[in-house]
Amino acid sequence: MTSTNTSATALLNAHGQRRVVVTGMGWITPLGHDIDGVWRRLLNSESGMGPTTRFDARTFPTSFSAEVRNYTIDRFVKDARVHKTAGLNSQFALGAACQAWKQSGLEQCATLNRKRVGLYLGAGEGVLDFDNYAAANLAGWNKDTQRVDGQPWSRTAYQVLDRMCEVEQEPNMPLAHLAREFGIRGPALNCLTACAASTQAIGEAYSLIQRGDADVMISGGTHTMIHVLGVTGFNRLTALSTSKGDPTKASRPFDATRDGFVMGEGSGMIVLESLEHAHARGATPLAEIAGYGSSADAFRITDIHPEGRGGAASMGAALRQAGIDPLGRRADGRAALDYISAHGTGTKENDSIETRGVKRVFGANAKDIPMSSIKGMMGHLIAAAGAVELITCILAIRDGMLPPTINYGTPDPDLDLDYVPNTARAAKVDVCLSNSFGFGGQNDTLVVKRFV
Amino acid sequence: MSRRRVVITGLGPVSAHGLGIEPLWAALCEGRSALAPIRAFDARGFAAASAGELPEGFDVKELVPKSYRKGTKVMARDIEIAVGGAVTAVKDAGLSTRGTDADHPPTIAPDRFGCHIGAGLIAANVDELTAALATSTKKDGPDAGRFDPAAWGAQGMQELTPLWLLKYLPNMLACHVTIIHDCQGPSNTITCNEASSGLSLAESQRVIERGAADACLSGGADSKINLMGYLRQELAGRSAPCTVDEDATKKIKPFDPTSPGTLVGEGGGILVLEAEETARARGARVHALLAGTGASQSWCDDTVGIVPDPTGESLADAIESALRDAGMTARDIDAVIPYGCGIPELDALEANALKLVFGDALSAKPIVTLAPSIGACVAGFGIIAVSVAVKCLAEQRLPARLNAVNTQGLLATAAPSQACALRNILVCTPSLGGQNSAVVISRAPSA
Repeated sequence: MTSTNTSATALLNAHGQRRVVVTGMGWITPLGHDIDGVWRRLLNSESGMGPTTRFDARTFPTSFSAEVRNYTIDRFVKDARVHKTAGLNSQFALGAACQAWKQSGLEQCATLNRKRVGLYLGAGEGVLDFDNYAAANLAGWNKDTQRVDGQPWSRTAYQVLDRMCEVEQEPNMPLAHLAREFGIRGPALNCLTACAASTQAIGEAYSLIQRGDADVMISGGTHTMIHVLGVTGFNRLTALSTSKGDPTKASRPFDATRDGFVMGEGSGMIVLESLEHAHARGATPLAEIAGYGSSADAFRITDIHPEGRGGAASMGAALRQAGIDPLGRRADGRAALDYISAHGTGTKENDSIETRGVKRVFGANAKDIPMSSIKGMMGHLIAAAGAVELITCILAIRDGMLPPTINYGTPDPDLDLDYVPNTARAAKVDVCLSNSFGFGGQNDTLVVKRFV
Repeated sequence: MSRRRVVITGLGPVSAHGLGIEPLWAALCEGRSALAPIRAFDARGFAAASAGELPEGFDVKELVPKSYRKGTKVMARDIEIAVGGAVTAVKDAGLSTRGTDADHPPTIAPDRFGCHIGAGLIAANVDELTAALATSTKKDGPDAGRFDPAAWGAQGMQELTPLWLLKYLPNMLACHVTIIHDCQGPSNTITCNEASSGLSLAESQRVIERGAADACLSGGADSKINLMGYLRQELAGRSAPCTVDEDATKKIKPFDPTSPGTLVGEGGGILVLEAEETARARGARVHALLAGTGASQSWCDDTVGIVPDPTGESLADAIESALRDAGMTARDIDAVIPYGCGIPELDALEANALKLVFGDALSAKPIVTLAPSIGACVAGFGIIAVSVAVKCLAEQRLPARLNAVNTQGLLATAAPSQACALRNILVCTPSLGGQNSAVVISRAPSA
């Protein structure tokens, strides 16, 4: 083979598809607003939980959460004035994406064709203007008919609800803000598959680049549901922890006493790029996306298939795409993977079924693959969770460190994998898998590996 | 590497003319409009008191298997539309699924069956929510009658059914549809306002192309005809003043600068998309070819794209991408179905984009306008438009156009339905938020 052919081959994977690498990362989280500081805190087993302050939650079954604190976009964006209407989701997204964009160095790329730069986000619904919304509803309430009368409702709603505040609740608004900030003109999509959204967004962004629809994609998620109806909704579903006492002990993934998740908020964003494009501009890849799998449970509205069928399907599809045999071993005797970033919400159901699904896929190898959940420290960032967790996988590869599952005290007899309990661990990390499973049954898995 | 071609084998549009393509097609060809005073709530306090509601007979309970009737209790209207569209499309495609024929093995293996349904921001039912909120108000003091979060947290929230949240998550459209029809393949929920359906069809196309599924239920659904959803449309300038006494059927004049704006419609639906090879192998009737798709993002000003970039350049980019994807040029397109909702600024944006793509030839390209007949269907638009495009290609006929008088050189003025030689039709839409979608549909390739 000539040298031209060799270098052309390296730009394609074993299936002859474009290779896709990560060239930038950023996040805004309850543990801080920069990659390395938050990573240090995760490796230190620190918790971002505290009493909820975004609304008066004192009497709620769950009165604590992991909030983003002391954050404004001013430090990140070029001109905060053009984003003055941005809701919280857009604000978090801007901070995270600006970090990722800066690290990618694309701003300095003079030849960048912004029509070949796209966006694929998993952004949630914006925060309802609750007090005013409740006021309109109560103004229209007719006790006799037990219905809201349209005329008094609309009269009050027109007075109290603000046009831009309402528009900003549309889940595609973070796209508009990021497009404005970075001058993006390529394909732009938002998906909202509950807790799986940002993993799915990254997987689909990777597929768009592979297909040749874009050279660069900013992808990730952004979400807060720390608001009256968000907490109400999850409390009614009995999905949230109602632990009394110290909130930092409330989220206990894989522990026998786990009693639900704790709501977090924030954003994780990465820059994905075809290897060809990254090479041409001399960028250094941070990692390579090796596989993506997606499935639907198609089982029940509220329950996960008890055998973890959907999660096993998404893991299986992602591993196949990455060319990894989950039952095999690598040349040096290691299991097929070095780390699994679990969905690991800390609900009874998720953690047992995810464990079962992992065993179903990896067989006898499962016990040799460390699997942790950072949700014990970070809370559950809902639509944004998957992106933040994929970033921790890339950092695990970079630094050879696995983040722990904190608050692990009482082993559950049925949950017998290596959950990296309580303290971070040094390890040789080359290949990681990250799971996200959404309420409603959408399951997504990414495989990310060291770029070589 | 040759690409797997994607064909359309099932149609399930849902609109103010009812369920399925036939009532919609008949109304469009006869030039009937379904826009009428709103029944769902007393709309006299809104600027627009009329909209395009589904007909009164629409009942989702009759459209699901008996064993699933309980599931209809947790369906927002948007979910009902998706569920109704899906069963219609599945039947039209001649598929057996768990939901239509549980006694026979499914035509499509569940793990090869995907589902992509675009959705809007779903507003909670205010009657149900307020009945609960009303139990938690301050009893005395200056704030008497106002909402009391302490009472709500301690007790009031218990008034809501435990599954309350699940009625309003946008991915519950796909959740119900995948359960009913046992689609275990890739499933996603695109939420990009007016572009949602078109972008969902494009995602199904990619999923089938890359071999992750052989067939997908694909489309979108949206209902803004509830107090909160409707108010948001009005705040975003998405409705024309129209009192109950005015004739709503004459209101919307797409591409006519004198149009007072648009009226909201509810609807959407589902298509069955299949890999051509597997569709042929099962002997499916192929309605049309999904020949190409394109997407782009427009520049948005300080109102984050309530009206995106008026030059239409980015929408033109999405159309050019779809043409490239289809291996075509603008000359291959014989008709266009744009969003054409009658809001002059949005219509101008679309007209500018079409001028950039078609140049002088635009004046001879027939434009199909749907909004005067069914209203502006937001996230449900694309799937309705593609269904109409499929029917136009099959019948070699254009539906009637309503209301518009002066469309400034565009072939979009009111006209009766007429026969027309059609090879390929372009469906495109900009969106609030700036995402653009374009889809090219071609006549069914011969087997």
